[in-house]
Amino acid sequence: MAFELIIFYIFSTILVGSALAVITVRNPIYAALFLVLAFFTCAGVWLLLEAEFLAITLVLVYVGAVMVLFLFVVMMLDINLAPLKEGFIRFLPVGVAVGVIILIQMAMILGPENFGLEKFAMPVGQGEDYSNTKALGRILYTTYVYPFEIAAVILLVAIIAAISLTLRKRPDSKKQNVADQVKVRREDRVRLVKMPATKKDEVQS
Amino acid sequence: MIETLQNLLSFLPEVVLSLVIITVKILAIVLPIMGAVAYLTLAERKVISYIQVRIGPNRVGPRGLLQPIADALKLIMKEVIVPAQANKKLFMIAPVLAFAPAIAAWAVVPFDEGMVLSNIDASLLYILAITSMAVYGVILAGWASNSKYAFLGAMRSAAQIVSYEIAMGFALVTVLMAAGSLNLTEIVNAQQGGVWMWFFIPLWPMFLVYYISGLAETNRAPFDVAEGESEIVAGFHVEYSGMTFSIFFLAEYANMILIALLTALMFCGGWLSPFQGIPVLESMFSWVPGIVWLLLKTSFFLFLFLWFRATFPRYRYDQIMRLGWKVLIPITIFWVLLLGLAIVEGWGPWFG
Repeated sequence: MAFELIIFYIFSTILVGSALAVITVRNPIYAALFLVLAFFTCAGVWLLLEAEFLAITLVLVYVGAVMVLFLFVVMMLDINLAPLKEGFIRFLPVGVAVGVIILIQMAMILGPENFGLEKFAMPVGQGEDYSNTKALGRILYTTYVYPFEIAAVILLVAIIAAISLTLRKRPDSKKQNVADQVKVRREDRVRLVKMPATKKDEVQS
Repeated sequence: MIETLQNLLSFLPEVVLSLVIITVKILAIVLPIMGAVAYLTLAERKVISYIQVRIGPNRVGPRGLLQPIADALKLIMKEVIVPAQANKKLFMIAPVLAFAPAIAAWAVVPFDEGMVLSNIDASLLYILAITSMAVYGVILAGWASNSKYAFLGAMRSAAQIVSYEIAMGFALVTVLMAAGSLNLTEIVNAQQGGVWMWFFIPLWPMFLVYYISGLAETNRAPFDVAEGESEIVAGFHVEYSGMTFSIFFLAEYANMILIALLTALMFCGGWLSPFQGIPVLESMFSWVPGIVWLLLKTSFFLFLFLWFRATFPRYRYDQIMRLGWKVLIPITIFWVLLLGLAIVEGWGPWFG
């Protein structure tokens, strides 16, 4: 237990530190990389909660795919930092007000009086043959099958919408039509012409 | 062997003892991988030479067998050059980020029944997650080098890896559906009973999809546009020299071996003997340890990697994207549905 506690504190320190770094470093590439670090350590903390499926999926989806594309975009855009900082003083009061309100709201809800140990008992460690993947699958495909399917349909709609919004027809660009290439027969392209053989001296004369 | 070590070091406290044993196990996996990578480079040069009717390296040592050692020494002695305009921190971190996932993925790979460093429940998912992180090394190397060619190579590589990961993931979904488990040991044990029970038969198209995606993920020919030397010099690692370059090289070859080994584990019965269930041959070959079969199968898939490189011309970039998105992914989705039907209906000897 003590060993797990040490790991928890190390991971939490890294997590909070990297989350702070995301919003404080000046270089957007560094910020994106610190976000990757935050996701990765967060997955480590989830592993301590015996949620290995969620932890690995977090790494797979957010670190392996989402942040790659994010980093990609940040690298390709030549982000000029000066215009972004222009309105700093002007927007500071609004920003501080929003931040303080969020802080007060969180302090009202997320306290030991609502989430203390007497309200929620400490989770007991599962047995050796406990499989987080199986438990999640069982609950997703029985109790929550309709919400799960609806979420899937919404995602599908989002995929189609994203593609149709960004798809543009470019008649001037040359592109390959693979079906036509496969369909083509030898007779369409090659024509053998029979010519009578001629002797060498006949041609010269 | 582990037991004798345990007895020998029994005077140590338990935490230290388990740490020592885990370290020994890690070394027992990593050192052979390094050796295999070194000799895979020699095998690659030799195989390609013989395909092209040449002899290949034959100067260092008997029949050129010490060539990888000479190459490694040369790379260690070379100067590590950091370009003046490069981002120095990320430039040095990038090779580490490419190399670490390539080694970390081996933690859950079983080599025989029970011969595994960490037998976790979701090992297939773990491998998919860890190998998907290798792309950071490539992207950061391209960006931190502050060079046009390196950046172009990194962008090509990143787009390619992200695209083919989807097809690869779906192919793995069919494997876990057929085996009913995410654990690699149980996936192999689900293929017990003879060659006709191996998953490459019911999952034949997925086997091809996985292997092709594996080629694309490791940036190997014919998908090696990321380092297309005729267009962008050498791609993302053009500014790297000496050890920093060789770490990228090690990572690429370790990934190749990993893909070949996983193909053998998931589709070709892993450490199971190919003569299982055949009356006379089974008892004749029963003395062969399982790891030998696994390594033989892995070597075969590695040979295919080299054979493809010597045979196929490089794909054009738009054709790579078309193959990934419009051919492989629809096939995998269709096969997931078909496999679901097959499992529900109990088709064949596999799902009966």
